[in-house]
Amino acid sequence: MPGKSDWLARGLPSEGELASRPTAGSCAHDDVITCRLDEPVGPVLERIDASPYGFALVVSDGGVLLGRLRRSALDGDPQAPAESLMEPGPSTVRADTPAAELAERLRGRELNTAIVSDPEGRLVGVARRRELEHLAG
Amino acid sequence: MPTRIEIDRLRPLLAEGAQLIEVLPAAEYEEQHLPGAVNIPLKRLDAATTASLDRGNPVVVYCWDYL
Repeated sequence: MPGKSDWLARGLPSEGELASRPTAGSCAHDDVITCRLDEPVGPVLERIDASPYGFALVVSDGGVLLGRLRRSALDGDPQAPAESLMEPGPSTVRADTPAAELAERLRGRELNTAIVSDPEGRLVGVARRRELEHLAG
Repeated sequence: MPTRIEIDRLRPLLAEGAQLIEVLPAAEYEEQHLPGAVNIPLKRLDAATTASLDRGNPVVVYCWDYL
């Protein structure tokens, strides 16, 4: 249902006392490796190795997040399509999730990154725990 | 005539001069609201509180989960 919640969840600009607090959206980086469902994993693996993350994200043509390819799952056939090795529907957070709350959640689960998506499931980016903790003070 | 719109339609409307009204309580408005929105809590929404609106431009009323 569109409204204020939807606007904020997309990370769109806002005003007010909480407008400048750090959020998952304001901390999200767009440097994660992405690929298509039918892309062979060999070249994706090479791109992951040159990236700051141990995974790539599988997205549709419209940028909707479909799955995650962990580096550790890609040591087999380099011609295998991403779809065959991805974890479908990884957990995501909305852009308006406060950085402090997200940092605490990641710490509790011993995770270092969170995938940020909009209400339509389109990939926004990846937020890093260390940066969230720093910004949250 | 009131019409429900989606977020994607809101942005061009705002660029064309549409006025934004948040009808949530003042405390929620103070915390965070859409850029340029004014606050007229639903319980105070009447002819007097809306008298200053420009009737020549669209007025978009929103709450937490509805535009």
